This record gives sequence, C-alpha cells and structure tokens, in this order.
Amino acid sequence: MSIKEVMRRFRSERLAFVSFIFLLIISIVAIFAPLITPYNPNAQNLSNILANPSFSHWMGTDNLGRDIFSRVIMGTRTAIQASLFAIIIPLSIGVPIGIIAGYLGGIIDDIFMRIVDAIIAIPGILLALGITAALGISLWNAMIAIGIVAIPQFARLARGQTLQVRTEPYVESAKISGAGPIWTMFKHIIPNISPPVLVQASVNISFAVLAETSLSFLGMGAQSPQISWGSMIQQAYSMINLNPWLIVYPGVATALTVMAGNFVGDGLRVAIDPKLKKL
Amino acid sequence: MQKPLISLKNVKKYFPVGSGLFGKRDRWVKAVDGVSLDIYPGETVGLVGESGCGKSTIGRMVVGLTNPTEGEIYFEDIKLTDYRSKKKLGKNLQMIFQDPYSSLNPRMTIADIIQEPLVLHKIGTKKERRKRVDELLERVGLASHYGGRYPNQFSGGQRQRIGIARALVLEPKLIVCDEPVSALDVSIQAQILNLLKEIQEDMGLSYLFIAHGIQAIKHISDKVAVMYLGKMAEFAKTEELFNNPRHPYTKALLSAVPEPDPKLRNRERILLKGDLPSPSNPPMGCRFHTRCPMAMEKCKEMEPRLLSTSEQSMTACLLYKDKIAT
Repeated sequence: MSIKEVMRRFRSERLAFVSFIFLLIISIVAIFAPLITPYNPNAQNLSNILANPSFSHWMGTDNLGRDIFSRVIMGTRTAIQASLFAIIIPLSIGVPIGIIAGYLGGIIDDIFMRIVDAIIAIPGILLALGITAALGISLWNAMIAIGIVAIPQFARLARGQTLQVRTEPYVESAKISGAGPIWTMFKHIIPNISPPVLVQASVNISFAVLAETSLSFLGMGAQSPQISWGSMIQQAYSMINLNPWLIVYPGVATALTVMAGNFVGDGLRVAIDPKLKKL
Repeated sequence: MQKPLISLKNVKKYFPVGSGLFGKRDRWVKAVDGVSLDIYPGETVGLVGESGCGKSTIGRMVVGLTNPTEGEIYFEDIKLTDYRSKKKLGKNLQMIFQDPYSSLNPRMTIADIIQEPLVLHKIGTKKERRKRVDELLERVGLASHYGGRYPNQFSGGQRQRIGIARALVLEPKLIVCDEPVSALDVSIQAQILNLLKEIQEDMGLSYLFIAHGIQAIKHISDKVAVMYLGKMAEFAKTEELFNNPRHPYTKALLSAVPEPDPKLRNRERILLKGDLPSPSNPPMGCRFHTRCPMAMEKCKEMEPRLLSTSEQSMTACLLYKDKIAT
C-alpha cells in the first residue's frame, strides 16, 4: 500500500477531506493571526462594550469592548499550539517507549507497561489538571500536561503494533542476515507501525483542543493577556444574561475544530485500512 | 569421505506452555525431540511431516532464529549454537519463507530488500550493490528495472522470486526453504521449484527443503527425512523412500498422494486413525503406535531408534529391529 493510494482514498472520504482543509485553514490562520485580526485583540474600548455583530465588529465586542472576531482568530494560535504539543510529546516519548517495550519484551516490557497502565487509570483531564497544578499554572505548562497525558495511548499503540511486526517474516529475514535491534527498529518496525500511529496523532488533535479549552476555562491554562477559546468562554459565561452571543463564537470554533480532528482521524483510518469502512 | 556442510546432533527444542504464578514453567511442548541430520554440500534434503511435527522449527534453528534447547548444530565443524559464530557464519545460511506476502517489507523497494543483507554485512559500494541487485533480479527471471518498485506491485510468484534473490545475494552455502511453494498456484509451483534447481546447479549450494506436500519434495530432493511428532521416522535417498518406504508412517503418507493415473487408482490406501497426539504429551514408546496400523504390543513400551535398514535408508521402527541384528 503506497502513500499515493492512501492519499487517493483519503481524498474520496469527503467529510474527512473537507475537515482536513478546515484544519489546514485554521493552521494558516494561526500562523498569520496578527496580520489577519482587524483590531488589536487586547485593545479595550470601554465606550463600545457588549456590542452586537456589525460591519465594524463582525462578532461584536465583549464586556471590555474588545473585538471578539480578533480574539477568536488569536485563539486559533493557542489551540494549534496545544495540538502540536499533544502530538510531538507523545510521538517523541510514548512511541519510543512502546517500540522498545514491544521489541525487547520480558521485564522491560512489564515495567514500562505497568507504569502506562497506572497512568491510563487516571482520567485524562484530571491528570492534566494535576500536572498543571504541580508544574505551576501557565499556558505553557498546561500544554506540556496535555502532551504527557497522551503518552500512554501512544505507548500502548506502538507496543501492540511492534509485537505484530516483530514476528513478520521480513523481520526474521533481516535477523538471519545479521540485523541488530537498531537496524530492525528503524528499517522495519517504525515504517510499518507509522500508519496507525499517525491516525492516533490526528485523533489526538481534537483531544488536545478540547483539553486546552477545558484547562483554560478552569483558569489553569491561558492567563490574560493570553487568548484562548477556553478563557473566552469562561469570561462570556459570566455575562450570559447580558449577551448570550459571546459564548457562541469561541464555543463554535472549539466544536468545529474538535469535530474536524475526529473526522480526519476516522478518514485516515479508513484510507489506510479500507476494510474498516463498513464499521 | 566428504564432510557434511551442516550437521545436527541430537537437537531438541522445547517450548514452554503457559507459566505458573511466579513464571515457573513446568509444561513443555517438545517440538523437536532429538533429531540428528547431516546435509552435504550441493545436496537437497527434504523434510516432510504433518503440521506441528517440528519441521519448521528445525529450519529456524539451522538459520539461527531460535536456539536448540539441547544438542548442537555444526556448520563445517564449527558450532553454531553460540551467538558470535552465528554472526560470522550468518551469511552462509539463508532462508526462503512460505508466505511471499509477509516476507517482503511493504515499505521497502525491491532493490533495498535484495541488497539489505549486503548493507548489513557492509559489502560493496552503492554502485556495486546496485549492479548485484540487477544481476540477481535477472537471475531469478525478473526485469532489472523492477528494483525501484514496491512489493505490492508484484504477484505471489514474483514475490517468491524476489525472496529467492534476497536469499542468494550473500552467496550462501545453504538455503532453508520453509514451504516455499505451498502458498503458490500449482502452475507457479513448478516454475519456482525449477528455478531453485537451476540455481543449485549453477552455484552448488545445498537446500534444506521443508514441505508438507510430498510431491514437491520428490521433485527437488536428493534425500528425504520424514518427521513425526518431533522425531525422525525415516531418512532415505529419495528414490529409495518412494519405491520402498519402510516406516508405516511413510507408507501412509505416500498412499495419501492423489494418483493421476486411473489404472493405478485401485492401489491400497492406508488411512490413519485418530488425530496427531499433542506434542506436549507424546505417547510412550513409539510415538506413532497410537495410529500405526502395524502396532505391536512392544511398541507401547520400547522407543525405536533410527537405524539403517538398507544402504540408502534409515528407519525408526521396531518392525525392522530384527533385521539389524542379523
């Protein structure tokens, strides 16, 4: 199964492909956010608070007269950063742990996997809260916590896949020809376990966005003047009687991004293994 | 006298079944239970038997994928059981696998797959290796420009040819063929067998040819070893084995082969009763006595040894014990 074939099948998964384009646009928006925002997202205008949507303020203004549209745009940065952390940290820590445990087996496998089991036993968001509290409250630490929470899933997945690939005849053939563990891992195991790991990574985007929003909502993530959809919802929530629209924009932005992440993950899964389509 | 290329001396392989609470292992599957076998340069030894009789395990021990529990394997008089010697001698021993789909890494190009052993042994420059790959592709009947493609672009027979090319790249002295044709169409089987034969004539290498189909074995082997439940039942020159089988198990195996000639269809067919006993708890005495049509009372107690029954054959059966004494 070649990359080209997977791409072709992925493109034919309409919903997933549209979601992928959506995430791509969000990422581009995040990179160029300061150039796109019509107003300084932190500039207050106390003479124009809680304004309804208009041509000058597409999504209205909040209780300090800040432009909501500019703030939603800036919020993409936080969301995308959180997603990157939630992918890079487990990919660089969880996957190697899983591969080593699966490849070596025995006591190392037992030790690694019991630790992973223990971490999985704690609900993700609770663990992230705990880690953030321990590291100190900041957006940066919240993102690290989100990354750490995702490590066990990646370790488990990588281990399971490695166990499967390890006994394939092509691995045995390399062994007969004198391949050591490093060669086997890089040449045979990593290339062959990467498709399911990539699917997991794309599913993790939605987990990361949701976790970052939740932590910021609880005041454990973004601290003013940092802008996050979560903290925007938190601020809007206290003003829900004055202007219920305030809560809608960051809420919809979060929901769309989370959904897009899930659809891309599902689409990738089907594109990599077409047998799953019927499920 | 010629020295054997590879020599198995009373090799045993036991696998633990399950484990106790504290990892204590007390039950064992005796996959291979005392097999001695010599393979001489340039010859093909066929290994037949039912599934689970330990024939694949023997192949895996010869190439070093697993170590014998007991007994020794010698390659040209050098002991193979310790890891160091294996690393040095590894390039003399190669293997061709049964499943042509899982034996090639789907994420490597054909050229990379074939030259992998060269890279691992640090042989040749990039250019030399590439040239060698092209030569080998042509040797196994594929176009040399296929090197840049991936395994999924090939059929089962073509993949098996690629597997053969990979096994040949280090110019080994022995190739273990683990059921190399049983996953292929009948029409392709003959092509692959003939290719293996041609290569043997060209390069003078030896094969340990493992199969459960007796026809492929007859076609390619010089000698045949018949295995039953981890032990060798009979070992003979191919012609001798097919014309004059001695062990009742061999007779039953041969009579199970479909006969294409309708005139000969009336020959006697020996049907074995019962199932293969579990290798974790093999029967006492002769392992075959539970299913043997000729079983005697003493077969339940005495375990027959592999003894010469003629110049060209050895049989492990108490029926022939008397003849040896005389």
